[in-house]
Amino acid sequence: MAFRDGPFENIKLPLAWAAAAVVVVGIITAIFMLAGGQRQAPTRMSYMRAGVETAAAPVGEALSAPVRWTGNAFDYIGGYFFAVSENRRLRAEIAELNDWRDEAIALKNINARYEKMLGVHTDPPIPMVTGRAVTDTRGPFARARLVNLGQGDGVRPGNPVLSEHGLVGRISGVSGPVSRMVLLTDVSSRIPVMVERTDARAVLAGDASRNPRLDYVRGVNMVQEGDRVITSGDGGGVPRGLPVGIVAKGVDGSWRVKLFSERVAIDYVRVLLFQDFNQLVDPSALNAAPLAALDSAPAPTPQQAAAIADATTRRAVANAAAAERARLAEANAVAREQAEAAARRQQEQAAAAAPAATPAPAGNTPG
Amino acid sequence: MRRPISVRVVGPLEWVVYPALAAMALTILLATPLRLFGLALPEPVFPLVLAFAWPMIRPNALGPIVLFGLGLFLDLFWGGPMGLWALGLLVVYGTMLIMRIFMSGHATIINFGLYAGSVLLAFFTAYLVTVLQTDNAPAIIPLVGQMLPTLLLFPVADWLMQKFDDNDVRFM
Repeated sequence: MAFRDGPFENIKLPLAWAAAAVVVVGIITAIFMLAGGQRQAPTRMSYMRAGVETAAAPVGEALSAPVRWTGNAFDYIGGYFFAVSENRRLRAEIAELNDWRDEAIALKNINARYEKMLGVHTDPPIPMVTGRAVTDTRGPFARARLVNLGQGDGVRPGNPVLSEHGLVGRISGVSGPVSRMVLLTDVSSRIPVMVERTDARAVLAGDASRNPRLDYVRGVNMVQEGDRVITSGDGGGVPRGLPVGIVAKGVDGSWRVKLFSERVAIDYVRVLLFQDFNQLVDPSALNAAPLAALDSAPAPTPQQAAAIADATTRRAVANAAAAERARLAEANAVAREQAEAAARRQQEQAAAAAPAATPAPAGNTPG
Repeated sequence: MRRPISVRVVGPLEWVVYPALAAMALTILLATPLRLFGLALPEPVFPLVLAFAWPMIRPNALGPIVLFGLGLFLDLFWGGPMGLWALGLLVVYGTMLIMRIFMSGHATIINFGLYAGSVLLAFFTAYLVTVLQTDNAPAIIPLVGQMLPTLLLFPVADWLMQKFDDNDVRFM
């Protein structure tokens, strides 16, 4: 039933004013939401976001399926047409890679020996899960993807995400079956990185362009075009050494990074189940009491036992002597203070008695 | 004797709800991660068309409410800060509400100029909010990359206005 057919047919609503009132209320609400909203805070909004993402993911997956099929079909057909040239290219690449493989094996062997000699504790491998990006946001104010991996797969906010070429972004929100990945190019993205050649630290700041900026580069002349950039691991949010990109000079004169992950469309991604560096070490080893290993150590030899007993006795005697010296020094200080106080008192008494003993001068009184 | 003129009555479902749903569907469709020859799909802000056209067709309370919802949907779906596009859309709606008295019935080219101004206003608002929130300014090229496809949606806005302007637009 239309409004004008109802019992309120004679009431005329000031439509423009009603609309204006709703607009004002809406704008105020939006401003409050912006002022109080944090992208990562677990508020009611983040649950709403999780709900929308959970609903949008299957739709995005269904829409992207034909894209993948089409891409695979093009690759399949292209494989036939370019088989000969591809074969030649691959042969040349294999010949080049053989040399690199031999060198890598030799370096790996030397590296392992150095690690053993120096007692270096290398980081254990970080577990990862593989998923697929199902939607893509490319605007200037948000650059993100939905990935079809969620809490059930062990994904947590903050986990780094890699493509086959390099770092893509970080997980910013997770719901049951799906998670949101903020890309390195997002305007709110900041990742601590380093230049591999010089170890110069910097912050990779996204600004919605394809090549994020290198901010806060430490040192002078530490960066040049073509330098490889990797994650520095500073702050503990992202593990060290993940490939990021190549340094290039921007048109605005700033240092920028051509991302490895931007070379091709991001389809399959790997989520590193990395929270912070605490997971890379054994917590019980960190929390163990000092010298706790002595309980499980073998019994000392008589010589060692004698040396330990001798050292213990010497330390006890030294401690006792130091304590005695401290006690004597304190007693001497107290005695000195008492003597000084007594001397002061005597001087004060003498000073008080002196005016009484002195005769008063004779006055010239008029007769 | 004057003959009665037949006027088609259009309910809110037809000129508010269906276009809003269409804007949502197109937004989801264009979020498909497709890249052809190195180029991704355009990502226009479809609800801006509605924020421009609805007050020109007829002001009502339902329009801004739906626009607020559409703005929240964009923020949720695109992963932006909550309230960003709700604010941008309502600022455009409010401005158009004020200007409709002066602008109704003008030539298409004037309407296009007004539409371009609306797009600029919405993006300027979003840009300002982003700069204040992240302390980092988005690059100009991606900004233009989203503004241009949104500007190219003007024929849709014009078609909406032509379609519903002469009808008896009822609601609630």
